[in-house]
Amino acid sequence: MSAPLTSLDRPNSYIGRSVPRPNAKRLLAGRGRYVSDLKLPRMLYAAFLRSPHAHAKIVAIKTDEARALEGVHLVATGEDLAKICTSWTGTLDHFKGMTSTPQWPLPLERVVWAGQAVVAVVAESRAIAEDALERIRVDYEDLPLVVDIDAARRAGGPLINAGSTNNVCFRSQLDSGTVDDAFAHAAHVVEEEFSFGRHTAVTLEPRAIVADYDPSAGMLTVHHATQTPYQFQDLYSRHYGIPEARVRVIATDIGGSFGMKLHVYHEDMAVVGLSILLGRPVKYVADRIESFVSDIHARDHRVRARMALDATGEILAMDVLDLTAIGAFSTYPRTSVVEGNQVIRLMGGPYRFKNYRATLEVLFQNKVQTSQYRAVGHPIACAVTERLVDMAASKVGLDPFAIRARNVIADDSYPQTSPTGYRFEALSHQACLKRLHEMMDYDSLRAEQADLRKRGVYRGIGIATFIEITNPGPAFYGVGGARISSQDGAILSLTPSGEVRCLISVTEQGQGTEAIIGQIVADQLGIAQDHVKVVTGDTEVTPHGGATWACRGAGIGGETALQATRVLKRNILEIAALILQEQPAALDIIDGQVVDAATRQQRLPISEIARIAYFRSDTLPPGTQPQLTVSHHFAPQGYPFAFTNGIQGCSLEVDVETGFIKVLKHFIVEDCGRVINPMLVDEQLRGGIVQGLGAALFEECRYSETGQLMNGSLADYLVPMPMEMPDILIAHVETPTADTELGAKGVGEAGTAAASACVLNAVNDALSPFDATINAIPITPTRVLKALKRF
Amino acid sequence: MSGFDESLLDEVDETVRVRFVVNGRKVACEVAPRETLVDCLRNALELTGTHAGCEMGACGACLVQIDGRAVHSCLMFAVQADGAEINTIEGLTESGVIADLQAEFHRRNALQCGFCTPGMLVNAQELLSQVAEPSREDIRDALSGNCCRCTGYEAIVDAIDAVAKARREAGGTP
Ligand code: FES
Ligand code: FES
Repeated sequence: MSAPLTSLDRPNSYIGRSVPRPNAKRLLAGRGRYVSDLKLPRMLYAAFLRSPHAHAKIVAIKTDEARALEGVHLVATGEDLAKICTSWTGTLDHFKGMTSTPQWPLPLERVVWAGQAVVAVVAESRAIAEDALERIRVDYEDLPLVVDIDAARRAGGPLINAGSTNNVCFRSQLDSGTVDDAFAHAAHVVEEEFSFGRHTAVTLEPRAIVADYDPSAGMLTVHHATQTPYQFQDLYSRHYGIPEARVRVIATDIGGSFGMKLHVYHEDMAVVGLSILLGRPVKYVADRIESFVSDIHARDHRVRARMALDATGEILAMDVLDLTAIGAFSTYPRTSVVEGNQVIRLMGGPYRFKNYRATLEVLFQNKVQTSQYRAVGHPIACAVTERLVDMAASKVGLDPFAIRARNVIADDSYPQTSPTGYRFEALSHQACLKRLHEMMDYDSLRAEQADLRKRGVYRGIGIATFIEITNPGPAFYGVGGARISSQDGAILSLTPSGEVRCLISVTEQGQGTEAIIGQIVADQLGIAQDHVKVVTGDTEVTPHGGATWACRGAGIGGETALQATRVLKRNILEIAALILQEQPAALDIIDGQVVDAATRQQRLPISEIARIAYFRSDTLPPGTQPQLTVSHHFAPQGYPFAFTNGIQGCSLEVDVETGFIKVLKHFIVEDCGRVINPMLVDEQLRGGIVQGLGAALFEECRYSETGQLMNGSLADYLVPMPMEMPDILIAHVETPTADTELGAKGVGEAGTAAASACVLNAVNDALSPFDATINAIPITPTRVLKALKRF
Repeated sequence: MSGFDESLLDEVDETVRVRFVVNGRKVACEVAPRETLVDCLRNALELTGTHAGCEMGACGACLVQIDGRAVHSCLMFAVQADGAEINTIEGLTESGVIADLQAEFHRRNALQCGFCTPGMLVNAQELLSQVAEPSREDIRDALSGNCCRCTGYEAIVDAIDAVAKARREAGGTP
């Protein structure tokens, strides 16, 4: 073996290594512990009667027959729960002028979307609870409803919230530079109106919760399939008036989340109340149909955008209007305007131009709430920007790679500030562009495309450059008054046998949090990874922190673990130095052994230090107090976000007879800073891309004119399945952030961020011989045929 | 309508005794006629490795082996399975028949949240027992009823592909 030694050849070097996830074996054996699996003694089951109307007044609710059914323990209405739970309002202070009406677990007077939970039944089994639902009668009086964006904006149209003068939740404007002037002097202007359908997360395990209130202890335990247990501990405590320390939220195995499982849902809040009313554990697991009508939806934007360029194809300005409809309320506690806000701020992000203007209008409508879902705002901003760039390229006569090469912010010009106010520490657009060009074998793809076109086969090639927001700091939610943490915490103990237990606030939903935290601890301490046990997801055990959302697990959670481990190591070496009569600085730890730092000669196993410290402290010098448990918190500082960047490419074929699209191959070059586990990063990218491809091609929540969700089942709502998905090629560029020792940024949303944009560009490329264009997502066969005027 | 319809209650209460061989062990249970097999496995028998993602045959999370074939346990009433031999992920794990698939899934991280995984493994085992040399296309096709929302499917295809090759090389029965 003559390969040069790398840092990975050091013993216990785990950062950068593709090690498998320790917890995956359990899941492979069918030993997952999902909330939907949980059964507690004396547990009861909840089911909800849902509104058939999108907007109606509740006139009367008759529940006597349901109450009389054997096995039914409680039938509760909005009034019953409002007696013990305070209402919530989904606004944040830093979104000036934002409105939303107060929400209760179950509605008091009106229903505002079809599918909203109205009455709860708790019974000995879910089946009995559902039988009881059939015996409840609710009298409604229809109210005028608002379904689409135009209707929501129409003056004099129906109003969703009585007392308000319009259906606007929030308006915002950005204006930097002299946009009108730039457009007036531009050599080229491209302009388009885009529409982005509603889609939803479809986590394979639907939402699940078991609330267990013990009146004798005044203690609430909630097993909750959520990403953010600390957030819910705070919410349950405040809205039900239970001291925070007496609320415990446990989130063990979660069957997918993607941002969907961090919002407050009416049913979840209700289940907590039902358990308090009964003093018994109550379980609720949404079925798939309920998931479709009550999980948050995402996107739903109409965007009008134009871009000005000079004669050489240099971008001069962008002017954007984003209209987005969010349902009848803004979600709590993160609000439903974060997406739109990010759309207008991420527009044009990879490019170097100064003149930018954007208007955002967030509107209410009688549908279920929309809110943060994987890659919040990114796919919209990316699709609009990248489509305009492609349109500009063809107008100017440049290749898609060439126009991007001309406009991306140069790799050697950082730090930079975007016209929308984002600060970039260091990005690598040029390197990524170059890498993608090679990886796609772009020139031969183009040659093949031209060849096939002559034979009536229409292939398209699309590329899309993106930036991604990761590692959000306190200015994200905290500044708006939300009790959502941007810091994380870790508690690290050396056990008596010389192993390490790490309790950490970032949570695991399958992306590998526990694995990478274990890698970081083992690496930094100098022990084998299987001697590190990582514990996540229990507010009673793990320290408070932001948990896992917006790509903060590795960048913030990982840094927390790294810093905590360094403190523990220092403490271990201090004790070792006392025992060995050495200076701590002369010692190190390798493979669980304290060694001489210079010669690497073994001195003492750390298990021996633990034994002495725990059991024979009498042999240590007087005054020694061994600190073999350390607790450490880390809050991000420096840049408000660690922006990442990358570029995706896509090769696909459009069947112009049927409108069907076959994605042949997908490519991504991604820069997430320091890579901790390449295999896990690649899988995150692939999973994210597939979710983005689903949005691009299949997924859409379709509503009727009366506000009924028309495709609320997995037979009608299409998600990407193995057969439709391509192989995905991945390459990395690494630009670590200097804000942390670890240097890691996030990666979970990168795949989703640009997949739609890529497909949109590729389909338009394929259709270019027909003078047909597509400007709507998802790109369904019908839309393709309509664009081709064949339908 | 006054009061409630007593006959409805009787119907709900009525249970039927069914017997199966589950994971090699004879079991009997009382089930309501409307109870699906997946509910019976998960609730009465506490075999929670079998998951329910859609309850309409679209996602594949609930696949179990019945008399040697992969079957959607959400599309079957428990009473229909009376007399059948059923293997769930728990039994397949214990008997070791899918140990190679599990090891390869682990090695390649062909799972994230793991919710789809038991169904994927049951289906992969079915495929490999039917087709000795599946192409990647065959594998994707065989999994076309197994939804995974976390992975990009590719690692799953890679893992099954690798096991197919290894089993062939080992000369084991297809
Ligand atoms: S639960 Fe049976 S196929 Fe989805
Ligand atoms: S691993 Fe989560 S659904 Fe497949």
